[in-house]
Amino acid sequence: MSLLHAVFATADSPSSASSSPWHFFGYFLDHRSQDLSWLWTHTWLSVVPVIVGLLIALPLGWLSRRYGWLYPPMVSITGLLYTIPSIALFVLVPPLLGLSSLDPLQVPIALTVYSVALLVRVVADGLASVPEEVNQAATAIGYGRARRLFAVELPVAVPVIAAGLRVATVSNVSMVAIAGTIGMSNLGQLFQIGKDLSTPTAYYPPIVLGIVLCVLLALVLDALIILATRLMTPWRRAVPAK
Amino acid sequence: MIRFESASKTYPDGTVAVDALDLVAPSGQITVLVGPSGCGKTTSLRMINRMIDATGGRILLDDQDVAKVEPAQLRRGIGYVIQHAGLFPHRTIIDNIASVPLMLGTSKKEARAGAMDLLDRVGLDQKFARRYPAQLSGGQQQRVGVARALAADPPVMLMDEPFSAVDPVVREQLQDEFLRLQSDLGKTIVFVTHDIDEAIKLGDQVAVLRVGGHLAQMATPAELLSNPVDDFVANFVGRDRGYRALGFEAVGQLPLEPEPTVSLESSFAEASKVATDGWVLVLDAGRHPQGWLAIADGPSAGSDSIDRGRLRRGGTVASVDGTYRAVLDAALSSPTGRGVVVGHDGTFAGTLNATQVVALIESRAGAAS
Repeated sequence: MSLLHAVFATADSPSSASSSPWHFFGYFLDHRSQDLSWLWTHTWLSVVPVIVGLLIALPLGWLSRRYGWLYPPMVSITGLLYTIPSIALFVLVPPLLGLSSLDPLQVPIALTVYSVALLVRVVADGLASVPEEVNQAATAIGYGRARRLFAVELPVAVPVIAAGLRVATVSNVSMVAIAGTIGMSNLGQLFQIGKDLSTPTAYYPPIVLGIVLCVLLALVLDALIILATRLMTPWRRAVPAK
Repeated sequence: MIRFESASKTYPDGTVAVDALDLVAPSGQITVLVGPSGCGKTTSLRMINRMIDATGGRILLDDQDVAKVEPAQLRRGIGYVIQHAGLFPHRTIIDNIASVPLMLGTSKKEARAGAMDLLDRVGLDQKFARRYPAQLSGGQQQRVGVARALAADPPVMLMDEPFSAVDPVVREQLQDEFLRLQSDLGKTIVFVTHDIDEAIKLGDQVAVLRVGGHLAQMATPAELLSNPVDDFVANFVGRDRGYRALGFEAVGQLPLEPEPTVSLESSFAEASKVATDGWVLVLDAGRHPQGWLAIADGPSAGSDSIDRGRLRRGGTVASVDGTYRAVLDAALSSPTGRGVVVGHDGTFAGTLNATQVVALIESRAGAAS
């Protein structure tokens, strides 16, 4: 498929390495710098779109909460975006936005679309989770609309929004891998290599390594979000005193 | 002073929530708006701080039309307490209380120091300062709600059913402390409730509203009970209003009877000697009434001393300057039929039975007519 693959295929003669799936660690050690660089691009490709998506979803979610009639269409339309197959979106983004194929922005843009699709509803529901009397009290003591949003509503909505961020981040990790199979350089490449090396006989280590690294990345990112949420919401662990 | 001048609220669908309300809430007093649901009492309250804008007439706050003041600005000068307190769940108690001063630009240190003082004022231990609202009971949260409303020392306080969501015992405590606080602070308060008893207890004056946002009657609690203006008010004020009205008038000179008493340290034998009709009133060393001892109950097993645990404590105790209601209740609730009356220092002064109290009530009615 690419020159890169050809180099790997020869350097990595299956005859000298076991094809047992459990030899993924040996495979990793043999190609450490390449794998780590893919892991790194995979990481930022997973994280940045979620952050950008959240920044876009915040005003959209706020609007659909503020103007109740906007909520159903907003949630339906953004929800529909999620049903576009990712591989199709990756391919469609460059012609739609006038980018060249394999433009470095192609994948982040597509993933941002998915993040927005997930997060608009999450933000709206998060804001809706703020008790009505809390909003009323904030208004009654003289908080303007913006101050109320940033000082009261968003902090109280953090648990709900964070739960949505976890879903968006983890699902991004798996979608980034799909972008690897169309040639973007990230952990998805390992699946392509595994596939290429599996003719004529099956050769699993790169595939297993790709799965292991994706799962580890998802777990670490998920743990980081949980940790950040805990740090931001000490009040949620406050239990009624005896 | 807050003045409603034909203030109205009509919603776009034609519903009239408040209909040309004329009402004055005098400075330094508690004005209670009371009425059944749908009478527009909360709407009226919220028109004052423009959480709801009036569609007709105007509302003056110290002669300033509230419609001409920027809403957030207006609200920062008006304390507001709502049902369920509406505390910010993500802020500690101290930071909840300091919310308004911080918004007004007070330094964090100063705002927190002020909040600490307010914790005391509303009767909460300072150990609550660093806790979160979820760690407090409903009654404690409501105290914090009051403290938050007081934090910027606004001259005006609006209170929307602040004590409705707590249990009756706590509610009574909160009401008593609220009255004590108000006697110190002298705020101009508009208080909304659906509970006529609360209205009568707390209000310097009470406005009864009827469904559709009409003012039915505005009067002092005593006048409301004794002279309801129509059937609606009479029904709303309730059945035992004749009895409750007695709670607004001090009796004055009480024809107290002497009563044989013993001290807690006396022996049972001494007690039986002084008892009349099988009962004797027991006082502690400071001559505060402790309860009635029934001679028929006998001494406690294996001892000749008076057993505190066997005293009958059912009777209420009235003060010498108590109201007719308090004195009558003391007589009616006493197991002996003789109501216990104490002096200002809480020491025993004498007893009075229900017949005597009723005679007092009748002679008062006779004098009035």
